[in-house]
Amino acid sequence: MNAEHYDAIVLGAGAAGLSAGIYLARANLKTLIINEGSIGGQMVLTHAVANYPGVREASGREISQVMKNQAKEFGCDIESNVEITKLDLTSKKKMVEIDDDEIFTADVMILATGGKPRKLGAKNEDKFKGLGISYCATCDGDFYTGKDVIVVGGGNSALEEAVSLTKWVKSITVIHQFDNFQAHEYAIEQAEKNSKISFILESKITEYLGEQNVEGVIIQNQKTGEFSELKTDGVFVYIGYIPNTDKLKDVIHLNEREEVLSDENMQTNIKGVFVAGDVREKKYRQITTAVSDGTIAALSAIEYLQS
Amino acid sequence: MLGTNLKHIKSEEEFNEVIKNNENVMICCGRMGPMCLPVYDVMENLEEKYENVKFYDMDFDIPEAHVLRNHQLARGFMGLPFTFYFKNGKAVKATSSIQNKKQIKSIIEEYLV
Ligand SMILES: Cc1cc2nc3c(=O)[nH]c(=O)nc-3n(C[C@H](O)[C@H](O)[C@H](O)COP(=O)(O)OP(=O)(O)OC[C@H]3O[C@@H](n4cnc5c(N)ncnc54)[C@H](O)[C@@H]3O)c2cc1C
Repeated sequence: MNAEHYDAIVLGAGAAGLSAGIYLARANLKTLIINEGSIGGQMVLTHAVANYPGVREASGREISQVMKNQAKEFGCDIESNVEITKLDLTSKKKMVEIDDDEIFTADVMILATGGKPRKLGAKNEDKFKGLGISYCATCDGDFYTGKDVIVVGGGNSALEEAVSLTKWVKSITVIHQFDNFQAHEYAIEQAEKNSKISFILESKITEYLGEQNVEGVIIQNQKTGEFSELKTDGVFVYIGYIPNTDKLKDVIHLNEREEVLSDENMQTNIKGVFVAGDVREKKYRQITTAVSDGTIAALSAIEYLQS
Repeated sequence: MLGTNLKHIKSEEEFNEVIKNNENVMICCGRMGPMCLPVYDVMENLEEKYENVKFYDMDFDIPEAHVLRNHQLARGFMGLPFTFYFKNGKAVKATSSIQNKKQIKSIIEEYLV
């Protein structure tokens, strides 16, 4: 397989990766962004962004579309919705293979792989993706019009999405593993006062049931250990985000939450490898902070290449 | 009309023309949501690589999209987008929800080219 060489490769095309791409390409570096999911990352999940300075209010998708076109117009190549099948960060020449099919090399690499929704890990989860299991109410909610659904989780997004699903569905059962919610007061209040929503606490889904589509779930009570069956037409899962570091963890230093460690110039423990965005250890995860990280990582990478 | 860089199918007549006049056709019927966008991105990318396959999208919410929404192969589908592959006018494969580049390429290789 022939490898195509770039000055810089950015892993991830979210706010952090696209910002890095814009700065790298504007500095005339031959730049490739490789992305495993959708261009824009978590931004495309955001209905209305009102706190990104300079943009009064826009959907996350509109903001990411502009960022993507900016990166492309400055000359970035983008490979999206691909799978990384090999990754070498430690050699002087960094290497990425995608889909067991194409190989790319680069002198510097920026890791901007963000986060992904945590999966439940229940039996048959992969089998029913798109056939009764969803991670996005705004995307799939209307398929469940008049139906009974389950929402899993106890944080803000679980309770807010449960309330938003009541537009379509007949009933919602919120299943949460603990006996209290981690959400803000107002989100809990909104969910509790909605007559379509009921709650099963201290319980976990262990298995999805059904032929072609989800028809029910097995629930285990966390206190008694007892199993029970609940009929449902669909399950929406909101149990938080985890950093996308599975492919990095052998060589990149991570903290106990598996987030990438770096210094303030976004330098990781490996020379020529920088990090940006939600995937790194930090307190505040926003589009603004991802853009800031991406900028710093790109400028640090440019300085590294010149030195 | 969807805001992608793909060619759009906007009516039933157009749909029938497209599948009649082209040997290999991939149509992604969806919205501008997070499960659909990655599929369009891949199609834009593959358009350059497979010259003998035509790539189209169709807006899931226009009435004319019933030709795909209610298609026999889409029975039980509960996640957007609905993606169809046509060979000589006949639907040979359909998928529900997001698919990655590798999955899409392997369907094209198996059923179309
Ligand atoms: C529902 C929701 C609402 C939000 N609302 C707001 C808001 O109103 N304002 C605000 O400022 N912030 C908001 N945020 C937070 C904000 O969206 C994120 O902090 C920011 O988008 C993170 O950008 P990122 O580039 O670091 O990561 P991501 O957006 O996660 O992008 C990372 C990209 O890398 C891809 N990837 C993963 N693994 C790999 C790999 N191994 N190789 C290559 N690519 C990979 C991913 O698929 C993804 O496309 C919201 C988040 C969510 C989920």
